[in-house]
Amino acid sequence: ERIKTIATDL
Amino acid sequence: MVHQYKLNGYDIVLDTCSGSVHLVDDVAYDAIALYPEKPREEIVAELLQKYTGRPDVTAADLEQCLDDIAALKAAGKLWSPDVYEEMAFDFKNRSNVVKALCLHVAHTCNLNCSYCFAAQGRYQGERALMSLEVGKRAMEFLIEHSGTRRNLEVDFFGGEPLMNWQMVKDLVAYCRSREKETGKNFRFTLTTNGMLIDDDVIDFCNREMSNVVLSLDGRREVHDRLRVDYAGRGSYDAIVPKFQKLVKARGDKNYYIRGTYTHANTDFTNDIFHMADLGFTELSMEPVVSKPDDPCALTQEDLPVLLEQYEILAKEMIRRRREGRPFTFYHYMIDLTGGPCIYKRIAGCGSGTEYMAVTPWGDLYPCHQFVGDPKYLLGDIWKGVTNTAAQDEFRHCNAYARPECKDCWAKLYCSGGCAANAYHATGSISGVYEYGCELFKKRMECAIMLKVAENQDLAAQGVEVPLELGGACTACADGEGCAE
Repeated sequence: ERIKTIATDL
Repeated sequence: MVHQYKLNGYDIVLDTCSGSVHLVDDVAYDAIALYPEKPREEIVAELLQKYTGRPDVTAADLEQCLDDIAALKAAGKLWSPDVYEEMAFDFKNRSNVVKALCLHVAHTCNLNCSYCFAAQGRYQGERALMSLEVGKRAMEFLIEHSGTRRNLEVDFFGGEPLMNWQMVKDLVAYCRSREKETGKNFRFTLTTNGMLIDDDVIDFCNREMSNVVLSLDGRREVHDRLRVDYAGRGSYDAIVPKFQKLVKARGDKNYYIRGTYTHANTDFTNDIFHMADLGFTELSMEPVVSKPDDPCALTQEDLPVLLEQYEILAKEMIRRRREGRPFTFYHYMIDLTGGPCIYKRIAGCGSGTEYMAVTPWGDLYPCHQFVGDPKYLLGDIWKGVTNTAAQDEFRHCNAYARPECKDCWAKLYCSGGCAANAYHATGSISGVYEYGCELFKKRMECAIMLKVAENQDLAAQGVEVPLELGGACTACADGEGCAE
């Protein structure tokens, strides 16, 4: 795993 | 639009239009940078060459990484399209609701701070106090023009509002009496230099004010250099104990210590740390707004120093949080999952439209920083806005109003920036205050990095933070909840 999504819907 | 940066050991990728924040390693960081420009096989070949000797970087692994990037793109979390521009130009057709007023209850001040844009609180005019009658009419103007908005905001401002304290108290009582019959909820804020704080002020503020803004520039020698009375005496020793008493009695209600930094203290983080060491935990420190020939004015040579200061501040905040003595910084309090909706991000502060300033005699201006400028006199609280041309100028002033900002990753965070700063720097509210942009972008990078660091600290403790309020788990990048 090289990408961790920390946060995100406009 | 994607923005990538490295800060404090973190490789961070921000997708502007979805608000997605990704923490990546160096390989993914490079892959994302190459992804829009090159075909997959070229990216794999280039990265295999760059990371020769790294056993974890194989062709199969890179293919997997590129698959993950493609999945995030398909899920709208990388290179999500900007579909908001059309909305920005529809704003002219929106209703003329007013929801907030900045009440200049005193155009006079008991301090004589040389950098103050209000110039001894007089705003280039005569000294004046707002009467209760004008205050009441301003509140009725707000109620009449607020439409269906329930939350109304009133800032008690000056000059020094405590120089008209009885009127402030009487007007708050009047507003409370109007809440039930109008269905409105008033939220009051007071900004003060602290000189006239006493037990009555503390009790009243802690009961009625949603927020209090307390002006302190930091270290004694910094504060007393510019924040002086008319005899030239510094005010630090007079106000700090009063601020400490007010804050101690305030419990968990909002306040913040608000400082101004100038060319004389470009090491302003030391002033913030001093505030924290005095026991204050909600802090703000803002660049001075002044004419370029003012000795206080920030210079181009100061800029790299200031940018580094914001990084120093962020790193120290992490250190103190881990030590159990955290403090907040106004510009770093970003909410990545529950931040403002797209309408708010486009419109910004609403100055000149849903927010206006009222002078002691009832004139309306777009905000406190335009008061006294005849070009931006909008009208008054009896007749309403009569200078519709000036108001239209503000209505069009948003995140999409400037061609220079079209490709800026920060536009949905700054909302086009402060109109007053743009006006004072360029002569136009639609101008671009590039110096302010550089500071803003650095602050945003630091704010996001702080959230990443917090997330990693929690993950190390086995705590996973929700990616999106009310959202499904997005571990598989497609946004769908799994069966578990």
